[in-house]
Amino acid sequence: MGIELKHLLDVDTLSKEDIFFILDTAESFKEITSRDIKKVPTLRGKTVINLFFESSTRTRTSFEIAGKRLSADTINISATSSSVTKGETLLDTLRNLEAMNPDVIVLRHPASGAAHFLAKHAACAVINAGDGQHAHPTQALLDLMTIRERRKGGPAGLKLTIAGDITRSRVARSNIKLLNKVGIDVSVCAPASMIPAGIETMKVRVFHNMKDALSGADIVMMLRIQKERAGKSLFPTLREYSRYFSLNKETIKYAKKDVIVMHPGPMNRGVEISSQIADGELSVILPQVANGLALRMALLYLLAGGAKQ
Amino acid sequence: MSLIIRGAHVVSPKEKIDKPLELHIRSGRIAGLYDKGKAPAKIDPDAKVIDAGGLVLTPGLIDMHVHLREPGFEYKETIATGTKAAASGGFTSVACMANTFPVNDSASVTRYITGKAEKEACVNVFPVGAMTMGLKGERLCEYGDMRDAGCVAVSDDGRPVMDAAMMRRVMEYAKTFDLLCISHCEDEALAHGGQMNEGAKSTVLGLTGIPCAAEEVMVARDVLLAELTKCRLHIAHVSTKGALRIIKNAKKRGVNVTCETAPHYFMLTDDDITDYNTNYKVNPPLRSKEDKKAVIAGIKDGTIDVIASDHAPHHDDEKRAPFMYAAFGISGIQTVLPLTLSLVQSGVISMSDLVMKLSCQPAGILGLAGKGVIKVGACADLTLIDTKKAFTLQTGDIVSKGKNSPFIGRELKGCAQAVFVSGKRISI
Repeated sequence: MGIELKHLLDVDTLSKEDIFFILDTAESFKEITSRDIKKVPTLRGKTVINLFFESSTRTRTSFEIAGKRLSADTINISATSSSVTKGETLLDTLRNLEAMNPDVIVLRHPASGAAHFLAKHAACAVINAGDGQHAHPTQALLDLMTIRERRKGGPAGLKLTIAGDITRSRVARSNIKLLNKVGIDVSVCAPASMIPAGIETMKVRVFHNMKDALSGADIVMMLRIQKERAGKSLFPTLREYSRYFSLNKETIKYAKKDVIVMHPGPMNRGVEISSQIADGELSVILPQVANGLALRMALLYLLAGGAKQ
Repeated sequence: MSLIIRGAHVVSPKEKIDKPLELHIRSGRIAGLYDKGKAPAKIDPDAKVIDAGGLVLTPGLIDMHVHLREPGFEYKETIATGTKAAASGGFTSVACMANTFPVNDSASVTRYITGKAEKEACVNVFPVGAMTMGLKGERLCEYGDMRDAGCVAVSDDGRPVMDAAMMRRVMEYAKTFDLLCISHCEDEALAHGGQMNEGAKSTVLGLTGIPCAAEEVMVARDVLLAELTKCRLHIAHVSTKGALRIIKNAKKRGVNVTCETAPHYFMLTDDDITDYNTNYKVNPPLRSKEDKKAVIAGIKDGTIDVIASDHAPHHDDEKRAPFMYAAFGISGIQTVLPLTLSLVQSGVISMSDLVMKLSCQPAGILGLAGKGVIKVGACADLTLIDTKKAFTLQTGDIVSKGKNSPFIGRELKGCAQAVFVSGKRISI
């Protein structure tokens, strides 16, 4: 049992078996993190480059620690200035990095399709750590890992609602695709100005109010509202957004009693989620982060060739 | 120097010709048209005879929407390379858009283009002048001067004139000099930042969508302004069902409006965009299946008067980038004829319809005297078509500097076998 993965660009190409194999591998790595000496020699001599063209705390740190705990040489490159967001430069950056023969490049980039572009031109493995509004496969996988841990009966048949700016969310897109594959019934909830065209073709139900959206939900996944978008064309004020679309002690009542509360971070407390809920006992927001580390260790292991040794 | 084209089936709808004829050319003009066996026995002993058996001879094809990129973007295309590509695609005339650098917004730039074309172009080049200075949509250009220097129409193609009051003045002033207005219909606010058609596919790819309404609101506006001003209006690169509905209705009401589409809008849809292939990135974007169907119906029922390439060559570097950053445009001048022939092969239109849309109508709309016809005394601009030749398009076959075609690798049937400009055979 195993999988042949050259790159991880999105969840599209993963079969159900692939998905569970990756999650099982991640489970087995969780134990390393609880050891006193949190390091194994698995990827000794391998080089992992984290190439981040957007700011990131969780994902970048997670990949960096994942690489280090597996003894890979991990290098971080942050390039958030606009001068490097031109396509030609991305290709040239890749060629220069490849001249140093890395094994894996982990890419975060503001352009949808950037990871596909890199993979098309790269000899090494590419992991997509978020490209524009398109995909964030490792987030979706760690979310599923977290759900599976909490619902031992398996994910099939569970009802999950994603609430927030769906149009601009790569987390929503990758989760919709991945969770549908394992039989989770996915709904989305947002003002119509944040619902992208044709989303229903991705097998989701669309709601514009929390009551209907959360009715009978086993899991609710809140997305960060980008504060800078308030007062422009998407929604008038944070105040009104939070009044109609936040998860708080009132709206959570619409969901099942033991609903799992998720958030990919970073959170805007008091906007899309109240502190009481975010810090409450139903929240798995921090376990999501912990699982993210194990999941990324598993992927680096599978893609950097550690699996073959 | 005289020339005899023998054995071809001649299709020239303006003269209602659709039969085998022998054509004699003298001093660049058509000197005689003869039924089989009726040609005079005594001919010029120096005449060169071309055996065109099995081929179709049409008036020279006219592409009324191309970007030759010169002056300013010679790294993408030049007047020399673009017209060579045009000839290879079967065209004897092209109208070139004004979005060069400097913009063709004055008679001196127009004269630069016509001067260059005289020396380096192998087909006729008809410049289209800018509607507004620098394509900025703010100030009128000197249309009278530009017309006298050779401009056959005005257009800010590539950019819309966003201010409706400005567009009204453009139309009024163009009407003054009997110039056609070619409108690039795109509401910039609605299209803002979009990279492909808005729909399920843009959502899946995470790309910002351009709704059909971005095109349609401007088509509606310009139709209303054409009604107000009585200006001749031609809508460029129509891609949506809704735009065609507006144009069809306007024509029915007698508004002086014509329109064109490009082959990619009847061949491709947004669903064909796979793996972020930037050769499919074009503006207006490839639309839905419904829109494609409507475009085909519009070609069939005559709502669409013209098929033009919107030839937009780019350098490899401008396309070898993430989709979001890649340039818009398809290098299409060489594939117009085979792709339009596919509509003839599938029975959507007749060969005579094809000639109307690729020659007669562009000549009429642009007011090109003596073009789009085959009659004695007319300039001998002719295209000889092999409708049966099948081939697979390879990057190396593309004559244009811009290799950005989504049709690379596609099986095509039919192409130009020879073109004649003023009786002179252009090597293709």
